[in-house]
Amino acid sequence: MGVLVLVEHDEELSLQAIALARDAGEPLHALLIGSAEGAAQLGAYGVSTVHVAEEERLGAYAPGAWATCVNEVIDRVQPSAVVAAGTNRGNEVLSHLAARRDLPFAANCIAVGSDGTVTRVRWGGSLLEEARINSELKLLTVAPHMVEASTVDGAEASVERFTPALQDSDLAVRVGEHVDAVSTGISLAEAKVVVSGGRGVGSADGFGILEELAGLLDAAVGCSRVVTSAGWRPHTDQVGQTGTRVAPDLYIACGISGATQHIAGCKGAKKILAINSDAEAPILASADYAVIGDLAEIVPAITAELRKAQAS
Amino acid sequence: MRILACVKRVPLTGGKMVLTADEQALETRHLGFTISPHEECGVEEAVRLVEEHGGEVAVLTLGPAEAEEQIRDSLANGADRGIHLVTEGEEWDPQATAAAIVATAQAEEAAGGGLDLIVFGNESADSGNYQVGIRVAHALGRPVVTGLKGLSVADGRARCEQEAPGGRDVYDVPLPAVVSVLEGINLPRYPSVPAKLRARQKPVESSTPERPAARLQKQRLVVPPGQGKQAEVLGEGPEAAPAVVNVMRELGVA
Ligand SMILES: Cc1cc2nc3c(=O)[nH]c(=O)nc-3n(C[C@H](O)[C@H](O)[C@H](O)COP(=O)(O)OP(=O)(O)OC[C@H]3O[C@@H](n4cnc5c(N)ncnc54)[C@H](O)[C@@H]3O)c2cc1C
Ligand SMILES: Nc1ncnc2c1ncn2[C@@H]1O[C@H](COP(=O)(O)O)[C@@H](O)[C@H]1O
Repeated sequence: MGVLVLVEHDEELSLQAIALARDAGEPLHALLIGSAEGAAQLGAYGVSTVHVAEEERLGAYAPGAWATCVNEVIDRVQPSAVVAAGTNRGNEVLSHLAARRDLPFAANCIAVGSDGTVTRVRWGGSLLEEARINSELKLLTVAPHMVEASTVDGAEASVERFTPALQDSDLAVRVGEHVDAVSTGISLAEAKVVVSGGRGVGSADGFGILEELAGLLDAAVGCSRVVTSAGWRPHTDQVGQTGTRVAPDLYIACGISGATQHIAGCKGAKKILAINSDAEAPILASADYAVIGDLAEIVPAITAELRKAQAS
Repeated sequence: MRILACVKRVPLTGGKMVLTADEQALETRHLGFTISPHEECGVEEAVRLVEEHGGEVAVLTLGPAEAEEQIRDSLANGADRGIHLVTEGEEWDPQATAAAIVATAQAEEAAGGGLDLIVFGNESADSGNYQVGIRVAHALGRPVVTGLKGLSVADGRARCEQEAPGGRDVYDVPLPAVVSVLEGINLPRYPSVPAKLRARQKPVESSTPERPAARLQKQRLVVPPGQGKQAEVLGEGPEAAPAVVNVMRELGVA
C-alpha cells in the first residue's frame, strides 16, 4: 500500500509530483538518492516516510543506479504507484524501471483517477489524453508546472536509510564529466520580458530592431523554429515544444504565426503581445494584445516611444 | 558504422488542435505530415557520422502506409534505405512500439551484422512518451543515453553530451549503444532536388507486424481549455506605439 515518489534534490517539480501523488489518499513514501538533505522538510508536504539511498557510487548521476534504488524500495513498500517529476531524470529513471519490470509507464500526467486512469499531456501540452494504465503497479511522472506544490498539516516524516545493492551494470552509463557553459546575457527561460521574432522578421539582420527593443527592456531575444531552421538565430533562442519554455511577464511575438508548437513554449507567459501584419493570424487567439501591421515599422516605433518615456 | 534511426509520422497541426468526432485522433484531413524536429536531427546526426566514419544509415518507421513519405524525406536527407513497419493507422503504445523495433533490430543484425548505434528522438512529437529508446536499449542489453545535444564517436566509444544546469554533463559509453537526441544537436540540411530524386530510388523494405494489446491505453483525447481567446487590438502600424508602452507600464516591465 502507499505511493512512492522519487524526489530529486533542490527540485521544485518534485514537490509538484508529491502534490499529485497525495491525491491518491494513500500513505506517501519518498525516495531521496545520494543524501538525506531536505528529508525532514518533506513531512510538511504529506510524506510519512523518506527512504534515503546512500552508496559511495551514487555521487554522479547514473540512471540505472537510480532505477535500482527505486526498485528496492518498491520491493520493500509494495506501493500501488511510483510517481516522479516529469524532468529529464524523472522520465528517464521511470522508463528504465518500466523496461526492467516490463510495466507500462505514463509520462507527464496532470491528474490521476481512482480507476487507474490518468490525464497526460501530448504535443508539449497542446493536447490532453485520458489513458488507462493496464498494470497493478502504476508508473507515472507529473508534467512540469501543471500541478501546484502545497504543504499540508503533516507530522514529521520518518527517515529510513538504506544501502542499495548496486551492480556494476547499473553504473555503465554514468555522468563522467561536467563541462561548464559560458553564460551569455539574460537567460531566456528566466527573463521577465522576451522579445521574440519569427519568419516575419525576414532575415538574421532583421533581428537588430528586436535586439534594440530587448536592450531597453532588459529582455531576452527569442525566436520561432522557422528562424533557427533558416540559421538566422541559434537553437538556444528557440521558444516552443522542441525549444525553450519561457514564463515571462510579457512575451512579444513579432512576425510569429502562433503554431501550437510555438505556443507550447510561451503559454506560461503572463501576457502575450502579438505584432503581426495579418489580423487573422492564429496567434491572436493566444495573445492578450495585438498590433496589426509591419513589424519593421512598429518595433522601432515602440523603441522610440520607450526612449522618450524613459527620458522624461 | 551501421546506424538505425527511428522516426514517427505525425500531423503538422497549425494554430489549433481539432479532434475527430470519436475523440480518438486529431482531424488530419487538411493537414500535412512530418516527423519531430528531434528525430530530424537524429537522422542528420546519423548521416553525419556515416559521412565521417563510413557505413550505412537505415531509417525505420512504424506507421500507416502513408508514412513512406517520412521515410522518403529521411532518404532525401541522406539515409541509405528504409524499413517500414506498416500499421493500420491506429497508434501503438510505447511498449508495443519498442517491441516491434527490437524485433526489427534483431532481424537486421542477424542478416547484415551489428548495429553500432540506434538513434531516437528524445520524445515523439505527438504522444511524448519519453521511453521507446530506453525500452529498446534494455531489450537489446545496450547502454542508452538520452537528451543529447552533442555526440561524437571514436575508437568504438560514443561521447554523449547532455545539457545540465550550468553547462553539460558528459557520458562516455561503448558501442553498440542507443541514444536519443534533441533538436539543436545539429542544423539539419535542406534536401536538394537531386537528393529528392535519388531518394525515390532508394530501397524501402516493408513488413506488417502484429499489434499487441495496449498497456498504456488511450481512452480519449481532450483539447485543453484556453484555446481561443481573442487579443485586444491596440492599434495598427507605428501609431500604436504609445498604447504599447502604456501596456508595458501597466505590466510593470517598462
Ligand atoms: C513536432 C514539432 C515541433 C515544433 N517545435 C517548434 C518550436 O519549438 N518552436 C517553434 O517556433 N516552432 C516549432 N515547430 C514549427 C511550427 O509548427 C511552425 O512551423 C513555426 O512555429 C512557424 O514559425 P513562424 O511563426 O515564424 O512562421 P510562419 O508560420 O511562416 O509565420 C510568419 C508570421 O509572420 C507574419 N508576418 C510576415 N511578415 C510580417 C511583417 N513584416 N510584419 C509583421 N508580421 C509579419 C505572418 O503574418 C505570419 O503570421 C514545430 C513543429 C513540429 C511539427
Ligand atoms: N511509431 C514509431 N516509429 C518509429 N519510431 C518511433 C515510433 N514511435 C516512437 N519512435 C521513436 O521513439 C522516440 C521516443 O518516442 P516516445 O517514447 O513515444 O516519446 C521517438 O522520437 C522516435 O525516435
